[in-house]
Parts: sequence; C-alpha cells; structure tokens
Amino acid sequence: MEDYVVEMRHITKQFGSYKANNDISLQLRKGEILALLGENGAGKSTLMGMLSGLLEPTDGEILINGKVVKMENPRDAKKLGIGMVHQHFMLIPAFSVLENIILGDEPTKATSINYKKAASDIEKLAEKYHLDIDINAKVRDITVGMQQRVEIMKALYRKANVFIFDEPTAALTPQEIEQLIKILRALAEEGNSVIFITHKLKEIKEVADRCVVIRMGKVIETVQVAETKEEVLAEMMVGRKVNFAVEKKETDKSKTILAVNDLNVEAHGLLKVKDLDLNVHSGEIVGVAGVDGNGQSELIEAITGLRKIKKGSIELKGKSLQNLSARRISEAGVGCIPEDRQNVGLILPFTIAENLVLKSYYKKPASRHGLLNYKKINELGKQLIKSFDIRSQSEKELAGDLSGGNQQKVIVAREISASPNLLIAANPTRGVDIGAIEYIHEKIIEQRNTGRGVLLISFELDEILKLSDRIVVMHEGQIVGEIDPRHTSSEELGLMMAGKTPIGQEG
Amino acid sequence: MNTKSLKGLAIPLVSVLAGFIVGAILMLIFGYDPIQNYQNLLVGSLGGVYSIGETLRNMISLILTALGFAVASKAGFFNIGGPGQYLIGWFGAIVFTLKFSHLPAVILIIGALLCGALAGGLWSMIAGVLRAYFGTSEVITTIMLNYIILYIVNFAVKSWLASKGSDSSPNITSKANLNTPFLQHITDNSTFNWGFFIALAVVALVWFYFNKTKSGFEIQAVGLNESASQYAGVNVKRTIIIAMLISGLLAGLGGAIDGLGNFENISVSNNLPNVGFNGMAVALLAAENPIGIVFAALLFSVLQIGGLSISVYSNTPSEIVDIVIASIIFFVGIKYAFELMAKKGWFNRKNKVGKGGAEK
Repeated sequence: MEDYVVEMRHITKQFGSYKANNDISLQLRKGEILALLGENGAGKSTLMGMLSGLLEPTDGEILINGKVVKMENPRDAKKLGIGMVHQHFMLIPAFSVLENIILGDEPTKATSINYKKAASDIEKLAEKYHLDIDINAKVRDITVGMQQRVEIMKALYRKANVFIFDEPTAALTPQEIEQLIKILRALAEEGNSVIFITHKLKEIKEVADRCVVIRMGKVIETVQVAETKEEVLAEMMVGRKVNFAVEKKETDKSKTILAVNDLNVEAHGLLKVKDLDLNVHSGEIVGVAGVDGNGQSELIEAITGLRKIKKGSIELKGKSLQNLSARRISEAGVGCIPEDRQNVGLILPFTIAENLVLKSYYKKPASRHGLLNYKKINELGKQLIKSFDIRSQSEKELAGDLSGGNQQKVIVAREISASPNLLIAANPTRGVDIGAIEYIHEKIIEQRNTGRGVLLISFELDEILKLSDRIVVMHEGQIVGEIDPRHTSSEELGLMMAGKTPIGQEG
Repeated sequence: MNTKSLKGLAIPLVSVLAGFIVGAILMLIFGYDPIQNYQNLLVGSLGGVYSIGETLRNMISLILTALGFAVASKAGFFNIGGPGQYLIGWFGAIVFTLKFSHLPAVILIIGALLCGALAGGLWSMIAGVLRAYFGTSEVITTIMLNYIILYIVNFAVKSWLASKGSDSSPNITSKANLNTPFLQHITDNSTFNWGFFIALAVVALVWFYFNKTKSGFEIQAVGLNESASQYAGVNVKRTIIIAMLISGLLAGLGGAIDGLGNFENISVSNNLPNVGFNGMAVALLAAENPIGIVFAALLFSVLQIGGLSISVYSNTPSEIVDIVIASIIFFVGIKYAFELMAKKGWFNRKNKVGKGGAEK
C-alpha cells in the first residue's frame, strides 16, 4: 500500500440532522497538488475544517503519515505539520509582517525576542519558495496578495508540510494569481503537499495534479486533472450539463445610453479618475478591464451618485445625472450590481423580500402614505424568488442566511426587475458558484439583447472576454485602450492592464 | 419564529434570576435574611394599591427613556444623552406650565408635554447633526451635552424661575397636574398619573413606527448597514438626524410627564437624573424590543420602589437592591459573551470533550 501524507477515511460530519460530509475519503501524496472542487455549500470547507482541527468528524478517521490522529484544536493540526491559509486572513494590521509571522512562536534569546534570527530564518524561506514579502512593512500597508504570502510564510515558518488553501484566488488580481501559482508549484517541488479548495476550473487545470469533486457532501469522483476536460469537471461539480457558450443576438447599437465626458473624480484627496471618456450604447455590453484600484470603484460611484464629480459630465440618454442624489439616479434608470454584495448590495439581517424592495420600498406598491405594505412586499418577494430562481426557504428568510450565489441573485433580481436603461455590474460573479455564474451571465446578456446598455467591470478577464461587445482597459484612472474581444487574448489584456506596453488603437 | 422569541426571553429571565441569587448570597454573607427582604421588596412594590400606583408611576419615565435609547440604537447609535434629554424635557414642561398658566387645562398640559418633548428632541438632535455632518462620535457628544444641560438648567432655575434664596421653581398650577384627584383617590394618594397611559400609547406607536412605517424601515436599514442604505438611495444624514430627534423626543417626554405628574416643580440639582441611565439598562434588558421594554421597566420599577421598603422594615441597607439591579445588568451583558462563545463553538467542544472522557 502506498504511503500517504494525509489520508481521510470515511469521514462523516453531521450538524444536527444535516450531513455536511457523508462518507468522504481522500488521499494526499507527498509533493502533490490536490484540488478540492465543489460548489458553495458542497462541504469543502467543512472537510478541511476537520483536517485543520477546527471541527471534529462525527465518524471516520484521519491518518497523518500513516498514523491515526485525533485533532482537538488547530494547535494539534499545526503540530502535525498542517498549515491552513484561510480565505479571510488572520493577521494583525498594526503589526509588521515579521511580527505577524512569528506571533505565538517567537524565537527568544535570554528573555527577549530574537528578531535577527527570526528575520534571517524567514528570509531564507522566502528565497527558497520565491515568496516576495517585505518583512518590515506593516500588514495594513501591504496588498492583499502580499498578505496571503505572509499567511503562507506563517505556515512555512511553523514547519508545515501540508498546506491547505481555502479559495486562495478569490481576492487576487490576475498577476497575483500567477504569482500564487508559482508559489504553489515551488511548495510541491520541495516535497510539500498542497490541498487547493476552489470552484474555478481554469486554475485547477493549470496547477493541480489530481482533483476530488465534491457535491452535496459526497465525493463524486477523483480524477487525474491532465486527462479531464474542464467541461467534464464542471458537469461533475454541478451535476448537470453546463452551458459555457453564450448566445448573443445582433442588436441595434445606434443609441447612446451612457455618455461620460472628461470625467474627473477624487477620493481621499487623490485624483482617481482622470479626464475619462466613455460611452455605452443600447444593446451593448462594455467591459472595463483593469487591475483593482485603478479608479473603477470611483467611476461607478460617480455614475451612481455616491461620489461627487470634480469635473466633467455624465449623461444618461442625453439627460445629465450630475448632482442628482443616488435615488434620483436610480429612478432615472441606472441599476447597479455593486462590487461588495455583503456590505453594500444587501442588508444581511433583513429578509429577502425587504432586500428586494431596498430601492423601491418608498413608493407604490411597497408603501403608501409613508406606511409599508408588507403584504405586497412579500408577494413581490415571492414572485422574484420564483422568476430569478433564488434558492431559499421563503421570502422571509434573512438574506444573511443565503449562500453567496443566492445572495447575488437577490441583487440581480432587484436591479434587473427595475428595468434599468443602464445596468452597471461590478464583479457580478465574484465568489459565486458555477451554476449561479451561468445564470447571472444569462441575465446580463438578456439585458443587452433587449436593447439596454450594460457596463461590466470585472477582475475576471475570462468574464470580460466572454460577455463584452467592446472592452476598454482602465489604468490609473484613465482609459488606456479599447479592444475588440474577438481579436484579443487574456495575455494581451493583462499587459495592457499593467500599463506596460504602449497601446496602438485597434478594432 | 416562536422558538426564536422564546430563546430571546430565556436570556433576560436567566439574568434576572441570577441577579436575585447574587443579591441573596450577599445578604447571607452579611447576615441579612434574603427571603424576608425579597418578601418586603414585593410587598413594598406590589403589596397594595398605593405601592402598585407608585411602581407604575415609576415605570413611566423608565419606559420612555428606554424607548428613546432603543430608537437611537436601532439606527446604530449609542445615545447616552437620555439623562440630559429627560432633564431638558422636565425643565421645558415646567417652564411652559408656569409661563402659560392661564391657558385651559387640556391645552396647558398638551402644550407642556409637547414643549418638553420637543426640547429633548432638539437637544438630542445636536448630537445627530454633529454625527451626520462631521462624523463626531455620539457617545462623546451626548455625554458632554448631558453636563452642559445640567448646568444650564441649574442656572436657569436659580436665576430665572426660583424666587430669591430658593433653589426650586414655584409649583405648577394644580390644573396641569397629571396626578389628578381621581387617580389619587383610587390609588390611595399615590403619585400614579395619566402619564402611564401616555407611555403605553407611545410604546404602541414606537412598535408601529419600526414595523410598519417607511421612516422606521430607513432607520433600521441605516443602523444595520450604512453603506448599503446609501447605495439604495436612503438619505443617510437625514435618517441619522431623525433617529436622534425621535430618541430625544421620547426621553424629553419622559421628563415632561414626570415634571407634571410627579415633581410638580424643578429644582437645582448636583447630579444628572438617574432615570436616564436606568432607561438604558431597561432597553438593554429588553433587547430594545418596545413590548419587552414595558416588562423590563416593570421589573426595574418593582426593584426600585420595593427596595425603598427593604430598609424600612429591616436594618438591611437599601443599596442591596442596587446590587441586584447591577447584577442583572451584568448578567445581561454576559449574554453577549455567551453568544460569542456559542458562535465560536465552545459549547460544542465541551460536549465533545465530555464524550471523549466517557469513552476512556
């Protein structure tokens, strides 16, 4: 029998009567990158929670290096060499990178912390694994990508040899993802083992050796990645055929829906949008590609009335939106799927029905004479839940209790049901499972096909390439180029986003 | 739904029980008889028409200041200004009654109550405006406003309302007194007054406001998630100011009713009225639920009024009641710790450890 670094045998985890994991077995070899693929709520995080000592299995056993172990808490797991890199980083912003790494395991000299030894140890590790980190910087000043590398370093510093990554690419830019993939490879080459939780097929194809597909708490199949097509993986994960291609009808693009001229927007005293011109026509999806932080958020905030314009003009169908309140702009026909669905798009402790009327609660039929009509609100909620396929117990369920994909569907339902002239979609499928992505894409295309304008801002290049009729690249607050998605590639887009090559106008 | 609200009840009930137990243990340690004392407490607060009248009267301002705190809290603000808003409401009602004593009774009373409530609301609104436009922490501004109004009222009473050498305003005309002869007659001359029914009506109004009105919906939306409200087009600044205005209105109304129904004048005072702070405790015990506030106020009132008689019938110091009250608040506070522990799965782990132990 082969020696496995980690072996999970017939693991079952029950919460009350609900089986989050049902008889799952998996094996991890030395030097292997194993992908754990499944939709949100399939049970991936529960399974890894047990491997990292956060949860205890109801049934089944875990073997590390061939020995049965019992882990009562994350400390036990760390001692066994298991390092977890969480989706949400657990770092102290006010501490330096070095302090964060050694926290809890400080090397000491007499009674004081031996920072010198710690620093040299860490630097050695950083070199070995190509981890680009600045150990003297404060965590609050470094990028998300570097914070993740600090988390990896924390595990390395504690001599982990099994690394679990929980959706590590969710918050990264394309360049950072590339860097991460290099690090994963380096980890594996040095004889460590990696488990990689994700629902992104492309990343699995790129980096993983084997892939365990989980659906509804059960292992569906374990496959060799090199021999399996993306479409097949997707089908196994979702449990049905997934439609990758999108259907775009010919549309009349003669009318200008949104006209942005010479726009300048400031945030925190910095000019984030500079002399920007942008048009969106009827029946058109304009994709805005760009690395996070290049003024995309400020552009959206300016259009939707959440941020003041310093200079320039914004017109919707020829009417100026300038100095109108967010409500007036929304009434003028601008819908927006915001970047941050949990903090901006929804009020999580409100019910689904309440969230669905968040932009229309003040007018008929949701309310009259200052009084809310809950009967109507709930009826409306029921209708939208049905027509937008929001998976929930009832319209009175709290938005916070829904899965990410269904939360996003609530927002999509609200924005699209208002029949906007212009729909702004900012990262509409971030952190959402494939089934919901497919659905949201369909709905966005549907808007386009019915002759409305769509402004799509996304960090997922594939999404932009797939949906857009026209792509503009935003860099340091300006549009630095426009390309036709039919004649470009992710590589070319990536370079333009980095602002590296001079852009010749194409298309 | 039902099991949820039952769970919500469990925590305050356990806290109350635990508070009484702590009080009993302390009494035993210091050689007092807890059973006798708790009996005196109940008799002193509910043992007769007079005591019941006093207990109910004491509830009025507790209910109204608690509601005030709850409204601000729903909008996400910690309004500690209750004592000051109560005081200015009291002052406003007395001034109105003294200055317009020629008006017919009904108009005089309505005018005085409105004047007091409005004074409280406007005073609290200052903190709201500062918060909305400058982001100033309402905790600090409301504390400061408390002291500012304390000394303004002292100054105004001393130099304007009181006659020379006196520290109190003259008494209001008896036609403005909410403690009418009829109520005195049926409650054995207690201070029970019509304000109690006003307070209950306000409870219903606040409940209605939060559950049925557009404006109440906006306040809760802003309180739960300001950026989402802004994105949805809610005028956040205006909502913050409205919430603080209503919050102060309610506390001010509490002061106005006490002024007309209980004190009948206003005096110079060294301290802020305690009721403003107790109202916060009532609101917290009731988890800011308007209906719950009525019951929490009843409990506090029983303790406060009954506590007075503890030291009358025995040599137990009445401070023991303050300890019981403080313990209850303490245990309510612990509730948050329990919730946190439950979230982190501490209780689950204990179960497992227990299981593991049994296996060995």
